[in-house]
Amino acid sequence: MVSATKIVPNFYRDSVSLMQISARLGTLPGIARASAVMASEANLALLREAGLLAGPIAAGPNDLLIALLGERKEVVEAALGEAEAALSPRVPVSDAGARDIAPRSLEMALEGAPDAGLALVSTPGDYAAAEAMKALRLGLDVMLFSDNVALADEVELKRFAHANGRIVMGPDCGTAILGGIPLGFANAVRRGRIGAIGASGTGLQQVTCLIDAAGEGVSHAIGTGSHDLNAEVGAITMLDALGALARDRATRVIVLISKPPAPEVAARVLARARKAGKPVVAAFLGWEPEERLGANVRIARTLEDAALAAVALAQGKRSRPASAPRLARLPRLTARQRYLRALYSGGTFSYEAALLLGPALDPAPIFSNAPAGRARPLADPWRSEAHSLVDLGDDRFTRGRPHPMIDQRLRNERILREAADPEVAAILLDVVLGHGAHPDPAAEIAPVVAAARARARRARRNLVFVGFVCGTDADPQNRGRQAARLREAGMILAASNAQAVRIAARIAQRAAGRRRAA
Amino acid sequence: MRLPGSDLRVLNLGIAGFADAIASSGGRVTQVDWQPPARGDAKLGRALARLVNHPEVEEANRRAFAAYLAASPVLEGIGTARREIPGMGRRTILHAGPPIEWSRMCGPMRGALVGAILHEGWAGDAAEAEALAARGKVRFEPCHARGAVGPMAGAISPSMPVWIVRDPATGRRSFSNLNEGLGKVLRFGANGPEVLERLAWMREGLRRVLAKAFESSGPIELKPLMAQALHMGDEVHNRNAAATSLLLRRLTPAILAAKVSRAEAARALAFIGGNDHFFLNVSMAACKSMLDAARGVPMSSLVTAMARNGVEFGIQVSGCGELWFTAPSPVVDGLFFPGYSAADAAPDLGDSAITESAGLGGFAMAAAPAIVSFVGGSAADALANTRRMGHIAQGRNPALTLPALDFAGTPAGIDARKVVDTGILPIVNTGIAHRAAGIGQIGAGITAAPLDCFIQAVAALAEALPA
Repeated sequence: MVSATKIVPNFYRDSVSLMQISARLGTLPGIARASAVMASEANLALLREAGLLAGPIAAGPNDLLIALLGERKEVVEAALGEAEAALSPRVPVSDAGARDIAPRSLEMALEGAPDAGLALVSTPGDYAAAEAMKALRLGLDVMLFSDNVALADEVELKRFAHANGRIVMGPDCGTAILGGIPLGFANAVRRGRIGAIGASGTGLQQVTCLIDAAGEGVSHAIGTGSHDLNAEVGAITMLDALGALARDRATRVIVLISKPPAPEVAARVLARARKAGKPVVAAFLGWEPEERLGANVRIARTLEDAALAAVALAQGKRSRPASAPRLARLPRLTARQRYLRALYSGGTFSYEAALLLGPALDPAPIFSNAPAGRARPLADPWRSEAHSLVDLGDDRFTRGRPHPMIDQRLRNERILREAADPEVAAILLDVVLGHGAHPDPAAEIAPVVAAARARARRARRNLVFVGFVCGTDADPQNRGRQAARLREAGMILAASNAQAVRIAARIAQRAAGRRRAA
Repeated sequence: MRLPGSDLRVLNLGIAGFADAIASSGGRVTQVDWQPPARGDAKLGRALARLVNHPEVEEANRRAFAAYLAASPVLEGIGTARREIPGMGRRTILHAGPPIEWSRMCGPMRGALVGAILHEGWAGDAAEAEALAARGKVRFEPCHARGAVGPMAGAISPSMPVWIVRDPATGRRSFSNLNEGLGKVLRFGANGPEVLERLAWMREGLRRVLAKAFESSGPIELKPLMAQALHMGDEVHNRNAAATSLLLRRLTPAILAAKVSRAEAARALAFIGGNDHFFLNVSMAACKSMLDAARGVPMSSLVTAMARNGVEFGIQVSGCGELWFTAPSPVVDGLFFPGYSAADAAPDLGDSAITESAGLGGFAMAAAPAIVSFVGGSAADALANTRRMGHIAQGRNPALTLPALDFAGTPAGIDARKVVDTGILPIVNTGIAHRAAGIGQIGAGITAAPLDCFIQAVAALAEALPA
């Protein structure tokens, strides 16, 4: 038999707890006798009588004493360790009616969710960088939905994240899907083998929805925020995300979505893409490659082309460009009806439309509040002129007002105003579904479309509405139901923004009496 | 970056709808009940962000907390302030809270200091004492500056008896004055004849009895005694009934064995036994001892003292040494004795918040359901208070456990960063003094340490952070 003692100086436990600890130690295999007591004279005498204490011991009444008798040294030592663990502080198990409060900070939230991996930050911009930095310091990845974060802060956050093996999606990152979990404005797309990285939220939504519609799925959709491919930021997030998707076994094909990057940034991204070890489709809208792309990298001109190319690559088929939409019959237009008015809720859609319409409507002038390609700035964003593209998500419209993806009122008013213009031939609309978007946009838009068309007819005009629904049938709003409602109201629906733009362009071309392919 | 599987767990800060989308898609998400920290001061918010989980601060806090845990204060006995307290001048009176000049002091504090001047015999009457104080002929220093603490006004003058508490781990000694009981007492600013008579007896009679008693009792370990008191319904700040009884149980045989007259012994025993708060000052000195052990660890954000002088509430943090971070002292919204209201109350006063700083008092409220109704609330509130304090604490004190929370340790080691980040303010159980000197206690309640103190501490720490 081996005996051992341990003194915990100046450590009080009530006798009931000590008896429980003693009893538990006594039942351990190989332990003959065990006792945990406060080392009062009386208790020491009892231990001596019980044969648990041989010689004198330097413990007083305020010390806790553990005494053990066991078969072997290891057994006794293990039991001493167990006794110490039993004395260490415990987090309350039964709350005994104690109410706890909701977490007030990221650090506090981590106490209750220690396995959390990501912080989704959508606080006002003034505080967002600080919260993102806390999240990174706590070992979390960050999606920074907030905008109005200074570029210097973005660079600091992303460098810190990169140095610590973490990622910052954003600021101004509207959309991501990680492991099937939608973050921010995201659609319910099926999971699959195509990974996407996008500097544009609506760009990611369009590409992931078209992948879903083509029967493929998405492994991860990673947002970078709209400034990531600036020269100052240098695509820190896109490069890290590209590395992660390149290593990810579930991802077979990678799609990159962005406006044209700064040239040196584009070179860096494409260099990394060439080494991805899997096909990469880059949709840098409006960007003309100068360098060699590499065998595994290809450029897509539109979001739709990017989605279709990725689907074809995933399926090992030859990629076919989207077929041009067919219009069976165009309504008759009056002699004055010439102009196209596009009213977008998604900025990237407006951007893509400007790039496509530039050549299609050449040489007619195009105006926009967010000019791209050949478009020129609108003198007054509230008033269209000639062919106009309006991004209603522009700060000038959203200041103090909800975004048009959430609230249709501003755009509905604009629709009626455009419809009253006798020179307007067609109105182009995007309808974006998914988490975070309006719960039933068609219910708001369809009646306005119907009313606008009725009013035009009374003025002896046919007004054409063209649009597309960016969403899936699994979305909370249900794409099929939304589309049916809009068609009922007389809207021509295309599969994608690119298709809708082409249809609209054809109408404008015909109105102008020209016959040139879009 | 690490790509998650389908088990991604998200902390959502801001738009609540995003959390709903995650949850409805089968994801796990925690919504943070977020408010802009530091009252929306974005610059301070950034300073805080630099400190959150900073390895240097974390390590400093671990060290400071370990030192706090390792302290094992022992009540060594009783002595005379001027002789025992290092650096205490002959014409010095110590007071509660952060430093303050005579001209800015509140009523009860002035009353107490006048009483202490009279007790020392430096002036013949109150008017003369006030004139002396106003002319700067008496030096006023915070108790904390001399390793001491005192409840309410906290007046400690050179000839007063003081408790001597020693921490063998550091060899450091801490001090507190002796508790006079309730009613008209110096600590609430009373300085009439009955107050001065009692003080005189405490200086002569009580001190002698206790000094003799300690000769035979020997030092008394305080942590185990306080731990036991927690199990008997005390939080050793506003309730000391059990701890006083435990102390009396230790002292009685020694007092009876001491070479003092039966009458002297009887008066001392009756005085101690008749004052439920007799242990409070001992508890405070013990807490001071534990927290002083945690002082002076560079970059540590743990609070080493919270104290009020009736005008300002001040805190000290380990990484900033003796620096006080102060804000206006709050008026306690509590329960008032019949005939009194908040309009009569002096702003929060006293060094007794040292108990909360050490994880006792309001932090150990779960141990003391008996006083919850006294300070307004239910037994469930007591548990909730302790749990809430856990969110701003560095850890738990395994030596001071709470039966009602399944023997979890008391939350201890207030982290100034966590206070600012969560907006959860340390609660303080406290008595309420009348704002006029000498009327005494008019109520009790729970108050909270002002956020501004912690904001300043965070700013100072962030500034000390290497770039």
